[in-house]
Amino acid sequence: MHDAAFHRSARPTLAIKGLSKRFTIGEQTVEALRDVNLSISKGEFVCLIGASGCGKSTLLRIIAGFETATSGTVEMYGTPITAPGPERGMVFQDFALFPWLTVKENIAFGPKQRGLPQVNLDEIAARYTDMVGLTKFANYYPSQLSGGMKQRVAIARVLANDCEVLLMDEPFGALDALTREKLQQELLEIWERTKVTVIFVTHSVEEAVVLSDRVVVMTAGPGRIEHDARIQLPRPREVSAIDFNQVRREITQRLTSHVGVKSIPAAA
Amino acid sequence: MERGIDAPARPAGPRFWPTAKRCLTPLIVPFALLLAWDLCVRMTGTRLIPLPRDVAIMLYDFTFGGIYDDAFSKSIHIHFWKSVQRVYGGFFAAAAVGIPLGLLIGRIKVVRELFDPTLQILRPVPVTAWLPLSMIFFGLGPNAAIFLVFLGAFFPIVLNTTFGVRSVDHRLFEAASMLGCNGSSLFRQVVLPAATPSIFNGLRLGHGFAWILIVVGEMTGVPEGLGAVIMDGRTLSRTDLVISGMMVIGLAGFLSDRVIVAINNRLLAWSPQHHA
Repeated sequence: MHDAAFHRSARPTLAIKGLSKRFTIGEQTVEALRDVNLSISKGEFVCLIGASGCGKSTLLRIIAGFETATSGTVEMYGTPITAPGPERGMVFQDFALFPWLTVKENIAFGPKQRGLPQVNLDEIAARYTDMVGLTKFANYYPSQLSGGMKQRVAIARVLANDCEVLLMDEPFGALDALTREKLQQELLEIWERTKVTVIFVTHSVEEAVVLSDRVVVMTAGPGRIEHDARIQLPRPREVSAIDFNQVRREITQRLTSHVGVKSIPAAA
Repeated sequence: MERGIDAPARPAGPRFWPTAKRCLTPLIVPFALLLAWDLCVRMTGTRLIPLPRDVAIMLYDFTFGGIYDDAFSKSIHIHFWKSVQRVYGGFFAAAAVGIPLGLLIGRIKVVRELFDPTLQILRPVPVTAWLPLSMIFFGLGPNAAIFLVFLGAFFPIVLNTTFGVRSVDHRLFEAASMLGCNGSSLFRQVVLPAATPSIFNGLRLGHGFAWILIVVGEMTGVPEGLGAVIMDGRTLSRTDLVISGMMVIGLAGFLSDRVIVAINNRLLAWSPQHHA
C-alpha cells in the first residue's frame, strides 16, 4: 500500500545529488558529508539514522536551507534549495517555540507572515491547535507547557504553514519514554491524515522501525549513506512482534558493523 | 478526625501567618537599623547626628509644616516634583537614545564597530567627573542635572539592550526564517520581543542610577529639588534635613522601581524567570 504511495509520482519531491559538506574548525577540516545521494517521494516517511557525527543532522539542515552544501545539490520538485522556506518545516529537538507568544500565536506565526487577515489566522490556529489536542491550552505560553506539549505545538506550527516536507531533528529525543511513544503514534496519525512527507532524524533503531517507510542508515567519518532499507511491516506496528524484532536486528547490525570496525583503530 | 472541632480554625491559621510573615519580614531590618541608630546616638552623646525621632519631626515639618516654620517647612512637594521631573527627564532621554542605539549596536556590525569601543572607554568615567563640564555645557540650572542623570542611566540601558539583542537564541532566527519571517519583520517580531527582558533589566538599572545621580545633578546650583535640599542641609549643618532628603529619595526610588517592576511583570508574563 505504501509502495503505491512511493510510485505515485515519477519526479521525487526531494532529490539529493552528490551532496558533500566540509566544515573548517580552526585549521582542521571536517568532512561531515561525502557524496550523499537520496531521492524522497511525496508522502514518504523516511528516517535518517546513525551514530553521532554521521552528518544526519547536517543533511537535514541543508535540506531545510539553514546551511549550504560544499558541493552537490538538493532539489525540491526540480528547484534547487538555497534558503529556508515555508514548504519545508523544521521541528527542532529543543522546540524553538517563540516564548513570548501563546500556543495559538505560535501556531499562527507562519500564516501571519503571509499577511492573512486575523479571522483566517484565528481559524487556522484553532484548527491546528485542535489537531494536536491542545485546544484547552491555546492561550498558554510555552513556559507553562510540558516537553511533549511543546513539541506538539512545534509540529502544529509548521503544518499550519502548509509545509509539504516535515523535517524533524531528533524531535522526541528530549522527552520521556511514555511521552515519546504517545507522540510517535500522534505523528503517525497526523502523517496518515495529511500525507505530508516526513524526514525524521533519530538515533533510536526502534523509533525508526516503528515510524518509517524507509530507514536510511548513515555512517560517520565522513558521513555517507551506508544502507537504505524499506520497512514492509504492516501498520500499526507492534514493537514486541517477532517480525518487528527481526527488522530491528537487521538495521542494528547495519548500524553497528561500521562502528565496531571504526572503533578499533581509534582506540589504538 | 478526632480533632474535627479544630478543623474550621485550621484554614485561617495557615492563611494568616504566611501573609503576616511576608509583610513583617522586610520590616525587621529597617527597625533594627533605627534602633541601632538611636542607641548609638544616645550612647556616644553626639550632637552631629540627630535621633530618629528628630528626623521624624523634621520629615513631618517638611511635609505638613507647623513646627519649625522655616524655608523648608511644607515644601516637600516642590522639591519632590522638581526632582521627579529631572530624574524622569534624564531617564526618558537615556531610554530614548539608549534603546535604539543598543538595538543598532547589537544588530549591525558596522554600528557596533563604530560605537562600541568609544562607549567602553566612556563607561568607566564616573558621572561625577562630568559635573564641571556639564556646568560649562549647560550652565547653572536644571539642564546640567538632567544631563548627569542622562549619562548615569544611559550606559546600563544601552549595554543591556545590546546584550539582549546579541543573545537571542539562534534557533529562533532559524525557526522564524523557515516560517517565512525575514528582514524588518524579523527585527520586530523576533529580535525585539526576545530582547525585552534585557531591555527592562537595563531600564531598571538605569532608573536606579537616575535616582542616585539626582543628588549630584542638583549640586549644580539649582535652588529646588531633593538633592538641593541635601546640599542646603549640609551647608547649614542641618543633619536632620540631610537625612530627611535621603529618606525621601530612597522611598521615591523604591516606589518608582515598583512601577517599573509591575510593567515588567505585565509585559513579560510569558517568562516567569524574568519576574522581579
